[in-house]
Amino acid sequence: MTVLASIDLQTLGDAFGLGAIYALMAVGIGLVFGVLRLVNFAYGQLIMAGAYTLAYTSGWPVAASVVSCFAVVVALSLAMDRLVFRPLRGSSPAVMLVTTFAVAFLLQAVALIIDLRDGQLGEVASSIAPLNQAVSVGGVDVRKVTFVAVGVAVGALIALALVLARTTIGLHTRAAATDFRTARLLGVRANRVIAFAVVVSGLLAGAVAVLLTVQNPFVQPDFALEDTIVVLVGVVVGGIDRLWTATLGGFAIGFVSVLVNAALPTDKTVFLPSVVYALVIVVLLLRPAGLFAWGRRATMERV
Amino acid sequence: MSFRLPLAAVIELLGPVLLVVLVGLVSTTASASNEVYFLNALVSVAIVVAIYVFVGISGVISFGQISFVAIGAFAAGVMTVPVASKKGVLTSIFPLLRDHSVSNVESLLLAAALGGLFAFLVGLPLMRLSGLAAGIATFAVLEITHNILQEWTKIGPGATTLALVPETTGALQATLGALVAIVVAFFYQRSRRGRLLRASREDPAVARSVGVNIHLERLVAFTLSGALAGFAGALYVHLLGSITTEQVYLELTFLTLAMLVVGGLTSLWGAVVGALAVSGLDSFLSRAESGVHVIFTLNLWQGTRLVFLSAIMALVLILRPSGLTGGREFRLPRRLLRGRG
Repeated sequence: MTVLASIDLQTLGDAFGLGAIYALMAVGIGLVFGVLRLVNFAYGQLIMAGAYTLAYTSGWPVAASVVSCFAVVVALSLAMDRLVFRPLRGSSPAVMLVTTFAVAFLLQAVALIIDLRDGQLGEVASSIAPLNQAVSVGGVDVRKVTFVAVGVAVGALIALALVLARTTIGLHTRAAATDFRTARLLGVRANRVIAFAVVVSGLLAGAVAVLLTVQNPFVQPDFALEDTIVVLVGVVVGGIDRLWTATLGGFAIGFVSVLVNAALPTDKTVFLPSVVYALVIVVLLLRPAGLFAWGRRATMERV
Repeated sequence: MSFRLPLAAVIELLGPVLLVVLVGLVSTTASASNEVYFLNALVSVAIVVAIYVFVGISGVISFGQISFVAIGAFAAGVMTVPVASKKGVLTSIFPLLRDHSVSNVESLLLAAALGGLFAFLVGLPLMRLSGLAAGIATFAVLEITHNILQEWTKIGPGATTLALVPETTGALQATLGALVAIVVAFFYQRSRRGRLLRASREDPAVARSVGVNIHLERLVAFTLSGALAGFAGALYVHLLGSITTEQVYLELTFLTLAMLVVGGLTSLWGAVVGALAVSGLDSFLSRAESGVHVIFTLNLWQGTRLVFLSAIMALVLILRPSGLTGGREFRLPRRLLRGRG
């Protein structure tokens, strides 16, 4: 029972905070995958671009800084779709994935050049750092940003669920995610649906950029790279074929890694990645279609 | 297995072989500072061909092959550091590893055996997966391998640099190493097992219905690929002379996969061309970045090498999704073959 004893409310708060941020990223990746069948490895670089925008606009009023962050990320997201995703439509998954690697490296290399103009690696995005202060809830210190992260995640997910369920564009997006060709035959405009998915995924990346810079104001070219990789893993583990299973997968991997980290003895925490990825392998072997993909036949046979 | 080779097959093999020999010969004429670029390209060929043996022939994406390169590199590296200096640099290593060293050739064989063994053990459960699940599970293998190599100081240098490895990968060893990988891959893909696996790539359902044991065929390819990757890792560490776990991790994984896809995922010729083209471009750009005269004088702004490299790779994939070779094996232009019947 020592494992449970080491998980206190503090840890639980952190776990929810990280899980919420990863859930937002999972939605951003899952939406684009739904309509384009493309795993966007360069998603982390959208977040990185947002974080740099926040850093370079640190002197501005907070609202202006946040708005410009969203503007840059959404513009970049649309440009990525127009210049890269659109020509690649219908290519094999391996080609699409490797092209997004190249795009990710490209954006990272550009960021490095811009960053190094002042001769120092890294910029500081400090304007919203006060959110990082802790508030005391029932004797437990919880950082304000944890509440903001959970709040933003829940709000964004409810809003997105409503849009997908109640509006025409939402209906079209769901139709396109189920069967793109048939949806097109029935009059769904492909480019509009894709643009919708790309813009929403960009907005989510902007939100994640804000939340992540609060926790870690030091922005470098590889900002959010590791998080993106972890979320991609979580999305596939959860079940990438459906948006909500992908989202749960993203949440779960963030949540579980914080808990495993707390449960491991201090001198063994360096092996955290091994433990988490061993769990990933076990889950994938038991449920290759996704941990949360209940009631569907495993997609293994489809290859 | 029959070794009777029709002319077209001989040409298929000769294309990549001659190209690699040519690069090896050119490297001997290059200046000492340029030679390393050629040798790097040749070792890249070995790594990318190893990846091709599994990913290209089976059509299942794997991000895990670099873990076998890492195992090969560290096994060969740790076992060839001279015993006399091992006590000083590898302080907390198992006594058995500390008190023994092997020769260069033995270390290459050891690396291949360990890479193959490890791939077999990992592949046993993992080869049941396909698609993205396979990609993520093999990626998990890479993460675990990296984590353990970095933290477990009883088997290696941990997070510090492994230095004092004999630099035995010269022009001869790099060329021969790349050739070994190519020849093994060539005969495997022409063998009965290779063809069965290729059939399962084209249509898994039909392949299964005619009795192909996909799990077994994938496991064979994964093990062979792991052995070649371990071997390539040994070549790599003997080229560098010192290595850290970061050098055989994410960046190398993405770069070598990109080489394979840029060349053409479904052919051995594509693997060789992709590895040579991307490493050639990379070397050219890094020379240009330092303002050295290469064919014509091109002065690139510091830091722009990666921008150009990734932009060109993205452009090739967008304009030519089937890769530079179109995923086809090497053939002579048709008019050269006319009249041969």
